[in-house]
Amino acid sequence: MKTIEFEVLGKKDTRSGFGEGLLEIGKQNKNVVALCADLTGSLKMNAFEDEFPERFFQVGIAEANMMGLAAGMTVGGKIPYTGTFANFSTGRVYDQIRQSIAYSKKNVKICASHAGLTLGEDGATHQILEDIGLMKMLPNMTVIVPADFNQTKQATIAIAEHDGPVYLRFGRPSVPIFVKPDAEFKIGKADLLIEGTDVTIIACGHLVWKSIEAAQQLAEEGISAEVINMHTIKPLDVKAVLDSVGKTKCVVTAEEHMANGGLGDSIAQVLSQHTPAPQEYVAVNDKFGESGKPEELLTKFGIDTPDIVKAAKKVIQRKN
Amino acid sequence: MEVKELEQIASQVRRDIVRMVAGVNSGHPGGSLGCADFLTVLYFDEMNHNPTDFKMDGIDEDVFYLSNGHISPVWYSVLARSGYFPVSELGTFRKLSSRLQGHPSTDKGLPGVRMASGSLGQGLSCALGTAQVKKLNNDPNLVFSLHGDGELQEGQIWEAAMYAAAKKVDNIIATIDYNGRQIDGDVDDVISLGNLNAKWQAFGWEVLEMDGHNIAEIKETFAKARVMTGKGKPIVIIMKTEMGQGVDYMMGSHKWHGVAPNEEQLASALSQLEETLGDY
Repeated sequence: MKTIEFEVLGKKDTRSGFGEGLLEIGKQNKNVVALCADLTGSLKMNAFEDEFPERFFQVGIAEANMMGLAAGMTVGGKIPYTGTFANFSTGRVYDQIRQSIAYSKKNVKICASHAGLTLGEDGATHQILEDIGLMKMLPNMTVIVPADFNQTKQATIAIAEHDGPVYLRFGRPSVPIFVKPDAEFKIGKADLLIEGTDVTIIACGHLVWKSIEAAQQLAEEGISAEVINMHTIKPLDVKAVLDSVGKTKCVVTAEEHMANGGLGDSIAQVLSQHTPAPQEYVAVNDKFGESGKPEELLTKFGIDTPDIVKAAKKVIQRKN
Repeated sequence: MEVKELEQIASQVRRDIVRMVAGVNSGHPGGSLGCADFLTVLYFDEMNHNPTDFKMDGIDEDVFYLSNGHISPVWYSVLARSGYFPVSELGTFRKLSSRLQGHPSTDKGLPGVRMASGSLGQGLSCALGTAQVKKLNNDPNLVFSLHGDGELQEGQIWEAAMYAAAKKVDNIIATIDYNGRQIDGDVDDVISLGNLNAKWQAFGWEVLEMDGHNIAEIKETFAKARVMTGKGKPIVIIMKTEMGQGVDYMMGSHKWHGVAPNEEQLASALSQLEETLGDY
């Protein structure tokens, strides 16, 4: 029996990584400005607001206006970071993002917290599970879903260097930290976390840690799983997908998002065009979320560690 | 610039508009003709801008946003005539691969355009963002914007209006093209704007009114508005215009909002508009 050791460095919410990253990039780059739609505390933007009050814009409960303001602030050379919940960062303001940010190719960083089911008790009105799809369909848009506190901080800093619109998706609950604090974040370059030969697990966001747990359990049963943290959904690291699935010949994709239009679909698109391989989706299947504790919801909606283990075994069977 | 000279430019701009729209049998002549005088004064007399050295960031110059993007013909004409790009390019309007898209865009790099518009209601927010950044950059130049009256039915306009007053954005001069008409009919019949002047005042704006077809009055109103900037309140000009102004059969109706004239109608329109700078 083989075991996989994976060092946990602590536990924190990814949104706090955003808050720390924003403060840091604010210190490094005086062109960074931040806008928030009445959720400063939830987005952990207080530190930036306190340090740079003249570069912080409280816009109130008016997300459409916030997106337009941010687009306008790029005219004048600023790098605006907008902050609100993922639902109000995307679905609510899709046309504003489409016309004033994506089509106009403005250097706006759309930073979205409380994404997915793990927002918890607030329920389906706030639990967007369509945002990755909405954002990745827009030309010019880069879509990033970091996996833990450290990576969210690193991504928040890194996107300032990328000239163009970015969607940065993170979440509410406290989750294990496993990315090294000094790791380099490269947009579009996947992290190979665990090497394996029987099955590839490609995940993003909160489901990356779940995939590590799944790989550990699979190892105990003698199954060798490769785990890839696909923190950038767009542009997708096609090489990482093909290299890994070329070796394992099957894949499980895991995400806190609808199966329709999410990470899994991006992977399927690559594989169907290059090397078709069996794929299992660990994702929400065409349902709205509901109130509950984050962990309970992941279980109920079938996107928890045991679901990844099950999907891995199933997809390995399908290879033959 | 003298009133007479501006009137001559505006006449040529109107010729450009009807020729562009007729040339592709599509586009929006009504509102374009109605804003020809305003945009001519803005670009040839009022704004501090650099037509031959266009910079996306707009730093150290006045910046203009066209929020009602469907009146792109008048904007394109004024941009070309003031030197942003060759006048001959007006002939490519709405054609395949043209920089002059049906609605303005930055996508193909047309000098003079800083933001796509067409989906209504977004331009005031963009203008305010630029205005706030001008303050942050200690740039004393102003931001101008133009909006349709029908466009004011979009909720985002009022989010932006509320924000501007709350944040004391006093380096913006927004203008409303108050022609009273929209695609489905008179604005009053579709969704009345009620007392527009009182609405803007209630939202905390300084409100000016002007006749959008009296060049001397447009100049004076801009001068008055400039004096009002920097005093803690945003400024809006409610500009009374006539859709289709300058072409008799297009005036007095909403029917020419988005319809192109045929060959015979074009000839009639051109006979009413003096060629002053030479057709493209």
